[in-house]
Parts: sequence; structure tokens; C-alpha cells
Amino acid sequence: MISIFLKRLLLAIPVLLAVASLTFFLVKLAPGGPFDADKAVSPQVLKNLNEAYNLDASEWEQYIDYMSGILKGDFGPSFRFPGRSVSEMIATGLPVTFELAFYAILIALLIGVSSGVLAALKRNTYLDFIPMAIAMIGICVPTFLMGPLLVLIFGINLEILPVSGWGQLPGDKILPSITLGFAYAAYIARLSRGGMLEVLNQDFIRTARAKGLTERNVVIKHAMQGGLIPVVSFLGPAIAGLLAGSFVVETIFQIPGLGRFYVEAAFNRDYTMILGTTIFFSAMIVFFNLLSDLAAMWLNPRSRDTS
Amino acid sequence: MSKSSTLWSDAIYRLTRNKAAMFGAFILFVLILCAALAPWIAPYSYSFQNLELGASPPSAAHILGTDVLGRDLLSRILYGARISLLVGFVATGVALVIGVSWGIVAGYAGGKVDSIMMRIVDVLYGLPFIIFIILLMVIFGRNLWLLFGAIGAVEWLTMARIVRGQVIGLKNQEFVMAAKAMGVSNISMFRKHLLPNILGPIAVYATLTIPQVMLLEGFLSFLGLGIQPPMSSWGTLIKDGVESMEEYSWLLVYPGLTFTITLFALNFFGDGLRDALDPKTTDN
Repeated sequence: MISIFLKRLLLAIPVLLAVASLTFFLVKLAPGGPFDADKAVSPQVLKNLNEAYNLDASEWEQYIDYMSGILKGDFGPSFRFPGRSVSEMIATGLPVTFELAFYAILIALLIGVSSGVLAALKRNTYLDFIPMAIAMIGICVPTFLMGPLLVLIFGINLEILPVSGWGQLPGDKILPSITLGFAYAAYIARLSRGGMLEVLNQDFIRTARAKGLTERNVVIKHAMQGGLIPVVSFLGPAIAGLLAGSFVVETIFQIPGLGRFYVEAAFNRDYTMILGTTIFFSAMIVFFNLLSDLAAMWLNPRSRDTS
Repeated sequence: MSKSSTLWSDAIYRLTRNKAAMFGAFILFVLILCAALAPWIAPYSYSFQNLELGASPPSAAHILGTDVLGRDLLSRILYGARISLLVGFVATGVALVIGVSWGIVAGYAGGKVDSIMMRIVDVLYGLPFIIFIILLMVIFGRNLWLLFGAIGAVEWLTMARIVRGQVIGLKNQEFVMAAKAMGVSNISMFRKHLLPNILGPIAVYATLTIPQVMLLEGFLSFLGLGIQPPMSSWGTLIKDGVESMEEYSWLLVYPGLTFTITLFALNFFGDGLRDALDPKTTDN
């Protein structure tokens, strides 16, 4: 286990380095500098600006500078918001995005696992068909449609929940969390149903039942451990998806999180902000993928033994 | 089952018995037809404005109503179908070409080449590609063809894995060895012997990739980073609908409904195709 973990961790380092370098040079390829945007600047001011942001150094020097900065957790200044550093903006946005993602994944797991397990146990009954039909809807209605529709129904027509914001009005965290979590609840429901069906047919379940264990114990102690491995492996990629979802959800509900900062940076061509957040997101996703792979490996005795 | 039934005739038989899949196929057929014939069947031009009319709810003259600039919503949805479906099919095509070639080469070559190629796929899997697409769109401008390429370049990874697995299964079978012994070149080995035998899984996965690609395009367009005006896709229509949904809810509801129905149809058809070609999964 530990050696696999270390091996994967060691592989992650060159990958992240490559990502950071690639992103850096991609951003350098972008047409137009950060300061030739809205109004004409006198050559002297431009020169001073370039000096201040170290843009007059050679690209190679800038690269070395930037990379050594990252290692110290410094992603450089924001081009759009003078006086604010990218690291600062990540630090303010990240807790909000994490909180949103946490609620979303909580909702997804609670609804997804319980309905998926139930559907597998009550196979080919209405308790199977109805949740699976709803799950299909969850997969086919994209977040950017689900969010506005929920706002339209609960925020504007019924007027029972706030339509935007985060932590300012009571209940304003409910709609964003549901919007983000719903699609994942759907995937998780399908995965846990499939995984449970596979496990429930196996001999050790029959043995457990033959021993006279209660159905509850058979399901919770024996079947779910193996049946939910697909869900655990899905969680890593799901984090990456949640991040993309947070771009949309935070834009719809005007939540001051990292996702919205990223989209705004993309619009403003705030290159340093884009660069910093891209590298940061990549590191996070690589880390979460690693974590979910390990958890799945640990849950599956077969892969545990071979390590 | 008759004696002469082949994999494909069997599959077609099973597919035509699957009501959900056939329904999906029917809807897709109608949609593609509508998209292709949009200039002839749309009641108005997609850019024709009637500013005096403004946003009006569905009526006899405008079946689905008009938007804030007085443009006919039905016509805009029909024209949007062209872009949305085009992105879906072209980007999937790009993914298909990259993924299939990558998978065949890796699977057939085996050994070190295989492990390096698949390790690359593993690494790419773990990266936040959606962010790279946004990055590309920001840096190189919001160009339709770039969008196709960028989305296709993201979606090929799973395809490569599937194809590689299939090729490894085929590689040691007698007909491949026989072909090899007869001195068939690598290229015709891929084209004539391997490819026809893995068309099934490829077709299934391609059908299931199209809705994902369309979602991705919708997502980018929704953020304003995809299709740019005056062109419109369903994603941009939904975005416009959201902006005025408080007063004019039909502008959100109809494009959203069209988009959702299309995704439903594609998923049902893809699932049906998978069940038809791979009977093992049917009873799941």
C-alpha cells in the first residue's frame, strides 16, 4: 500500500511540473500583453509596468522565477487587480468553493447511495424504476439548466429560497448545493445500483444469508463494502467535475468562490490569475484522484493483497 | 434464432426490439432532419428582428414565442440545432480518430510502447481538461474549429482504453496470426483485420460520447466561452434564456427542453446499442 502510494506520489511531481510549464508557455503565447488593453499607456509607464511585473526579463528567466515562486506558494500578482496577489485570491475563494463542493458531494452520496442500494435490493419494482428514471433526468439535465430552473421554481415563483448569494441570507446555500449535487447523485445512484447487483449475486452473500444474518447486516456489513467500490473510484474524477460545475453554479448564484474568480479571470484575460488557478486546480485534482484510487484499492481485498 | 444470424443482424434485431432505443433513434432522426433543413423549414430567419414586437409569449405567429429582440425562438432553436449537433458529431469524430489510432497502436505493439502510451493516457486522465479548454479558448480566441479540436482532444482518452483492450483480446487469435504469417503490413492489419472487429464497442462509445461533447459545448457557451454571437447554439440560447427568465420564462424552458430531450435520445440510443451489441450487459 505505502509503496504504491509513494510511487504514485512520485509520478505526480513530474506531471504537475509538466502541467505548470505547459500552462506557463501557453499563456506566454497569448496574443497581446496584459497592459495593452483599454487605454493607451505612455511608453515610459509601460516600461515601468513591465519592469514591475518582471516582463522585461527573458522568458526563461521569467519561467525560472515563476516556478520557484510557486514552490514557495507565491503565484505572483494579479494583472487585473493591482495590489492583490493570485495566492490571496485563491485563499479567499477556496474555502467557499470547498464548502459548496462538500455540501454537494454530501447530498450526492446520501441520495445516490441510498437510492442506488434500494434500487438494487428491490430490483425490477417501482422502487427500482422510479429512482433510476430520476437518475436519468439528473444525467441529462445539465447543471447550467438545472440551476436556473430551480431558481425559477423555488426562488422566483414560490419565493421560498433566495435566488443568489452565499451565507448572506438564511437558506441561500441550499439551491447551489442541490444544483451541484444532483447530477452526481444520479451517477452515484447508477454506479451503486450496478455495483450492488454484481455483489448481491455472489456466493459470500448467500453464505452470509445462510448463516442467518439479518438482511440489514448482510447488506450493510457484507454487500456494501464491495458493491460501493465503483462509487469510491468515481469520487476522484467527480471532484474534477465538481470543480467545473462550480464554475457554472458560482456564476449562476453569484457566489464569491474560486470557480467564479476563474471564469472572471478568463473574461478579463487576467493571465497570471488564470495561470495560477490552473496550476492550483491541477494539483488538487491529481491529489484527489490519488486519494480515491487508494481508497478503492484499500476497499478491494484483491488489489490489497497484490501490493 | 436462425443459423445464419451474424453478430450484426442479431444486434439489429435486439436493437429494434428495444423501445426506448428506437424512440431515441426516431427523435434523433427528426432532429437531424430539422437541423439539416433549417433554412427551409424555419418560419423566420434566425437573425430577423422585430423590435416592436419584443419578447412575446408563444402565439400562432410565433409558436414558441420571441426573444427580447423579437426574434422567433423556434427558428433560433432550429438553427441552434445545426451548431449543437455539428459540435457533437465533429468533436466526437476527432476524439474517435485520435482514440482509435492510439488504442490500436498501443494494443497491437504491446510491451514498452504500450505501457508508455497507456501511462500517458493515465496521466492525462487525471488532469482538469475542462480548464485547459477554457485556457485555449481564452488564448487563441473563440473559434468554432478550435472548439471542435479542443473538445475532441479531451474526449479520446476513454476511447483509447477501450480500443486497446479490444485489440489485446484480438491480437492472439488465429486469424490475426495467419494474417501476420502471410506478411500483411501493419496498416492493412489495422484497417482490414482489427478495425472491423472492434467496430461494435467503438460505435457504442461514440454514441455515448456525443451527448457528453454536447454538454461540454453547452457548458462553455453558457459561460460565454463557446459559440459567439451572431451564431447560436442551444448552450447560448439557454444562457440568453437565463438572463431574462424572470419575465420571459419560455426563453429558458423551450431551448432547455430541446437540449434535454436530445441528450435523453442520445443516451437511450447509446444504451440500447450497447445492450444490443453486448448481450452480457443486457441483464443488468
